[in-house]
Amino acid sequence: MTRGAGLILIAAAIVAALGAPFLAPHAADVRYQSLLNAPPTWPHIVSDEGGWHPPFIYRWRLVSRLEQQYEEDRSARVPLTWFSGGRLVQSTNDADAPLLLLGADSFGRDVFSRLLYGARISLGLATIAALGATLIGGAIGGLAGYLGGAIDDGLMRATDFLMVLPAMYVALALRAVLPLVLTAQQVFALLAIIFAVLGAPFIARGVRAIVRSERRREYAAAAEAIGASGWRLLARHLLPATRGFVAVQITLLVPAFIVSEATLSYVGLGFPDPIASWGTMLHDAATNIRVFADFPWLLSPAAAMFIVVLGLNLVLQDEHRLSARG
Amino acid sequence: MTQYLARRLAFAVVLVATVSSASFVLARLAPGDYVTGTLGGRVSSEVIARERARLGLDKPLAEQYRDWAAAALRLDFGQSMLYDRPVGDLIPERAANTAILAFAALAMATVIGLPLGIVTGARRGGALAATIRTVSLVLVSMPPLLTSLALVFIAARTGWFPIAGMRSSTAADEDVLFDILRHLVVPALAIALPLAAALERLQAQSMSETIGQPFVLAAAARGLPRGRVVWRGALKAALRPIAAMYGLMIGTLLSGSFAVEVITAWPGLGTLMLQALRARDIYLIAGCAGAGALFLALGTMVSDVALAVVDPRASEPGTRVEAAA
Repeated sequence: MTRGAGLILIAAAIVAALGAPFLAPHAADVRYQSLLNAPPTWPHIVSDEGGWHPPFIYRWRLVSRLEQQYEEDRSARVPLTWFSGGRLVQSTNDADAPLLLLGADSFGRDVFSRLLYGARISLGLATIAALGATLIGGAIGGLAGYLGGAIDDGLMRATDFLMVLPAMYVALALRAVLPLVLTAQQVFALLAIIFAVLGAPFIARGVRAIVRSERRREYAAAAEAIGASGWRLLARHLLPATRGFVAVQITLLVPAFIVSEATLSYVGLGFPDPIASWGTMLHDAATNIRVFADFPWLLSPAAAMFIVVLGLNLVLQDEHRLSARG
Repeated sequence: MTQYLARRLAFAVVLVATVSSASFVLARLAPGDYVTGTLGGRVSSEVIARERARLGLDKPLAEQYRDWAAAALRLDFGQSMLYDRPVGDLIPERAANTAILAFAALAMATVIGLPLGIVTGARRGGALAATIRTVSLVLVSMPPLLTSLALVFIAARTGWFPIAGMRSSTAADEDVLFDILRHLVVPALAIALPLAAALERLQAQSMSETIGQPFVLAAAARGLPRGRVVWRGALKAALRPIAAMYGLMIGTLLSGSFAVEVITAWPGLGTLMLQALRARDIYLIAGCAGAGALFLALGTMVSDVALAVVDPRASEPGTRVEAAA
């Protein structure tokens, strides 16, 4: 049951990321200068006169530019338009009364749209980094477990050392000593490499242990006896035995990487500004002291992160229960 | 035991030396330095060169590292360029603040997490156990970055607790302790809640395994009340794997405290490190990294020694790795 709920949450996040160009009402960098920090425009179906209508929104009217306070202009309904211009839903009057499902940020950009585009970067980076960690960790752990001896000792000492360090500080330091101004692609590649290296020891340790014990099994001896080479034995017989472990580790690494990206971007060492990632959105929110009291919608990336991590944990929890039973 | 302690101490020294040296060299090799960062393109190249010479940044890396390392052996860790104060003075203040935060968080997590884990681990069903399990699943999914945002949000809305800093300027001198405690609530809870949830899960698992052991059944069969069996007998046996976890938690604690310190403006090592990194203040970077490594080494050492006292097998050479794997 919980597994199903977890899978639904994860699927929703993946759909949001992949479908961003279609699902988001706006591009990630469109600014509405007159709607800085504007609240969400809730879709209504009942108007003030009590009549039923297809979903519509009200326009925000600026009450105080200094205080950034807005008031719903209830005199006119702004209907929504579906499937126009390659987007799922938009306001019919996009220039003056855009559809802002989660409000606007301090640059007047649509938070909901940025959340969807941000999912691409945050989830994409975490997934790629986790796969990278699996490749590096699998190679190291496989070699260490298969070869044994001094190589095993050396590699395991190195992973021990990396594991004992607080990963957040290492990532922070590694990122900070590199040039501070980089393009988004460079940052993406850089963070993916840093995270992959920091995550690899966790994979390597377990893979090594499994490879070591599987090597003594009969099927491994049989494969060796009929003349399988060392590489073949490792790649075709021993490493596949680590699948279950690696799958669990990936579900642990992905949320850790999502949060790491968010933390780095939050302190200004992640992606450069116009790029939407969940971390840069929080960074933007954090620069505003009124965010907690007056503009809570700016914190929605935190909620998105929570949903994804919760989804992964729900799936993982069932995994534990199943393995405990079996 | 003495030999074991000596080995752990040697590891601590190597860890601190490696981490601070590596961060010194990395920070020195990084593009840009303190002078270009602060003065930038606004001044002539002569001024920049003069400033570099004054701060000792014009020397080659090898020489600079040698000078710094030699001074560090005499416990002189250089002068912070950003604060214009000796690093050796600056770091203990900030490290103490981080230690206060970390200890408070660890204590809260233990006090909240362990008893709840015993409750959920000792009984199979029931509304109470189910509620605790759900809450802890939610909290496990909230890393300190999210809990601190959530708690700051709640505190800002309700005004129950201050949301930033460590002291308020208005508090009278005699209320210092109370004032710090009030400021401590939000950041410490932010670190403690996910940790408490993780502890609860672990303790529950360990407890439910212990409950299935024959000696528990034997105790129950002799007619001991269930509460006594759970809280006295089984608890003792179930605590051992948890004790091993504390050593591993130090790294998590430090990593978690970074995000929390930044969000709640707690003046600890994390915020200092961030400032140092941003300003390319290499002596301060090396100092912060070394202090962090020291924390880590001491923390793991204390927990390893504690574990060795509880479980003498752990101090035998060679067995530890197998036990951990």
